[in-house]
Amino acid sequence: MARVIVDVMPKPELLDPQGKAVAGALPRLGFTQFQAVRQGKRFELEAAGPPAPELLAAAREAATMVLSNPVIEDVVSVRFDHGADAAAQDPA
Amino acid sequence: MTIRIGVVTFPGTLDDRDALRAAALAGAEGVPLWHRDRSLHGVDAVVLPGGFSYGDYLRAGAIARFAPVMEAIIDAAHGGLPVLGICNGFQVLTESHLLPGSMIKNDHLTFICREQRLNVENNRTAWTNQFSAGQEIVIPLKNQDGQFVADARTLDQLEAEGRIVFRYQDWNPNGSRRDIAGVTNEAGNVVGLMPHPEHAVELGFGPDSGAGPRAGQDGLCFFASVIQHLGALAAAG
Repeated sequence: MARVIVDVMPKPELLDPQGKAVAGALPRLGFTQFQAVRQGKRFELEAAGPPAPELLAAAREAATMVLSNPVIEDVVSVRFDHGADAAAQDPA
Repeated sequence: MTIRIGVVTFPGTLDDRDALRAAALAGAEGVPLWHRDRSLHGVDAVVLPGGFSYGDYLRAGAIARFAPVMEAIIDAAHGGLPVLGICNGFQVLTESHLLPGSMIKNDHLTFICREQRLNVENNRTAWTNQFSAGQEIVIPLKNQDGQFVADARTLDQLEAEGRIVFRYQDWNPNGSRRDIAGVTNEAGNVVGLMPHPEHAVELGFGPDSGAGPRAGQDGLCFFASVIQHLGALAAAG
């Protein structure tokens, strides 16, 4: 099994309301180290068979067409999760 | 000839029945359309109503945009079919690239429901021609992801081309860029807005107005406009 990870983040120039709310909550819990938070999305796309380059190309196309909206978001990474095979075979 | 206005129901749509009723109150025939329909059943105009299509999963409107009925609507809209997107329907239209920009979460992060004053800046569209330019109207607003955003170049272009149809008055309820409540495409047949005209069409059930409590019927004018637009097209054709 192959797993492709797609990371999507709100565009840097857009205020991210959800990240801002999280940033406001952290200091109240004692996490005063963090001044800013941005919240994005991670997609895990699973496919049968080995991690072939075509899968990555298809994932990139899906990421642009539907997983992200280029007006408000950037696709920041499309990559294989190389731990996926090992995890799938691990009986534990 | 009775004008037939199609109203699309996606899984999670809320306001389809209200939109059908509004069309009927305005003198048109409301025609229910299903998200899996590949045909528009010969309707003269389409309303994409409010709600939470597909639970707003991924992004509001993002999955609805790929519903079979949307292929037919996108094609027909390019050919001049009047399309009105209300709230979630507006989000579907931006995801479909029929309208520019996008909507993100309200800047105050909370759901909001209020009677909202708007300024009608463009009364030349298929859906606003029965308003006077600069007319102030009050219709309900209710949303979570209502903050209209676009890059500065797009916003400048919309301003220059007169494509900002509605602007929030008194108070910007969601942080929308330049107080934008609704926009149109270049041709003026596709209009999207966050507030809900279909909830201001009947005495006793609308927003408060000068005529009395819950007497506001400013939403009827959207439907009267498209009836006028289609009638003028038929007369010219």
